[in-house]
Amino acid sequence: MLHYATEILPSLLSGAWMTVRIFFWTLIAAIPLGILVSLGLTANFKPLRWLLKFYVWLMRGTPLLLQLIFVFYGLPIIGVIFQRYDAALFAFILNYTAYFAEIFRGGFQAIPNGQYESARVLRLTRSQTLLRIVIPQVVKIVVPSIGNEVINLIKDSSLVYVIGLGDLLRAGNVATARDVTLLPLVLVGIIYLLMTAVATFILRRVEQHYRSWR
Amino acid sequence: MLTLKNIKKQFDGRTILDNLNLEVPDGQILAIVGPSGAGKTTLLRCISGLETVDSGEFILDGQPYDPANNRDNDKVIGVVFQDFQLFPNLTVKDNITLAPQLVLKQSKADAEARGQALIDQLNLSGKEDLYPYQLSGGQKQRVAIVRALAMNPKILCYDEPTSALDPDLRQTVEQIILGLKQNQMTQIVVTHDMTFAENIADQILRVEPIKA
Repeated sequence: MLHYATEILPSLLSGAWMTVRIFFWTLIAAIPLGILVSLGLTANFKPLRWLLKFYVWLMRGTPLLLQLIFVFYGLPIIGVIFQRYDAALFAFILNYTAYFAEIFRGGFQAIPNGQYESARVLRLTRSQTLLRIVIPQVVKIVVPSIGNEVINLIKDSSLVYVIGLGDLLRAGNVATARDVTLLPLVLVGIIYLLMTAVATFILRRVEQHYRSWR
Repeated sequence: MLTLKNIKKQFDGRTILDNLNLEVPDGQILAIVGPSGAGKTTLLRCISGLETVDSGEFILDGQPYDPANNRDNDKVIGVVFQDFQLFPNLTVKDNITLAPQLVLKQSKADAEARGQALIDQLNLSGKEDLYPYQLSGGQKQRVAIVRALAMNPKILCYDEPTSALDPDLRQTVEQIILGLKQNQMTQIVVTHDMTFAENIADQILRVEPIKA
C-alpha cells in the first residue's frame, strides 16, 4: 500500500501545485482589488457605486462553477479568449474580489468618523490617512473574516476541473478511477488538510501581530 | 489674532450661528459656553475647518483665512477632540510624530526630538512606546494635546476638555491650559462647565440656541 502511495504521489503533488498557484495568485490580486472596490462601494459618485454593487451582486449571486464556465467557454463568443489557466485565475480573482470587497466595506464602516477628522486637522492627505491610519485598523478588524475566505479558496480551487485543468482533486479522481481504490482520495484529503493547516497557522500569526494594540 | 465677521451657519434650514462676530487676541484664551444644542461645537468645527460656513469671513493675523481649505502649514489650527481620537494602531510617539514627518516634512530624528520635549512638558515621559488603549483618560488627553502642539498650531481648540474625564482631573486640565498660555498659545475652549470657563478664560462667549 505504501508502495502504491509513493507511486501516485508525484501526480497528486503536481495537482497540488496547480491548487497552490491558483490560491496564491488569487489572494495576491483579490485582496488589494477588494480594498479598492470597497472604497468604490462607499464613494460619493453614484454611477460607480451602482456599477460596483451590480458586480458584487453578480459575483456573489451565481456559483463560481458557472462563472468559470462562462469565462472559459462564454467569453470567446465575444472574442475574449483565455488559456485554461488564465481563465481560471480571471474567474477566481473576479469572484474573490467581490467577497473581499464586502468584507472590507464592513471594516471601513467600523472606523469612526473622528479618526478621519483628527487626521484631517493634522493635515494628513486622504491617501496618508488611508494608508497610515485607516487601513491598518480595517485589516485588524477583517483578518478573521478574510481567513474564512482564504480557507474556502483552497477548497474552491478544485472547481477548475470543469475547464479541464488538472488540480489536486482531479489528480486523485483520475487515480481512483484507474486503479479502483479510494486511497488516492484519502491522500487528497490529507494534502488539503495540510494546506489549510499552513494557512490557518499563518492567519493566526497575522492575528497575533495585530494583537499588540486595540 | 483670529477675527470672525458675520459668521452664518445653517443645518437643514435651521440657523445655528447667526451673524457671529468674535475676536481672539494672540496668547489669550476664549471660552465658548452655552447649553447643549446651542452651536458651541459647530462654531469650533467651523473655526477648525471641519465644517464650512454659509457666509461671513475669517481673518487670521490680518489675512483672510479659509479654515476648510487652508493648506498653509504655518497656519494650522489644532484640535483636541472630546473623545481624543488618538490613532489606536500607533504608539504615543508615533501618534505625535506622524503628522510632523508627513506634513511638515521634519526628519524622523527632528520630529522625535521636538515630540520628546512636548512629551516631557506634559508629563508623559515613559509613555512613548505605549498604545492608546494602555493609557488613562487624562493621559490620552495629554497625548492629544501634544499631538496637536507638534504641528506648531497658531491656535489650539478644545471640545469639552473636561467632559470625558474624572471631575478631579478638571484642575489638571486648567493647569495645562494656563501653562500653555504662558507659552503664548492662543486657545479656544468649548465647555458647558461655567466654573471651568471662568477659571481659565480671558474672554467668555455665550452661545444661545436661536429660536426659529
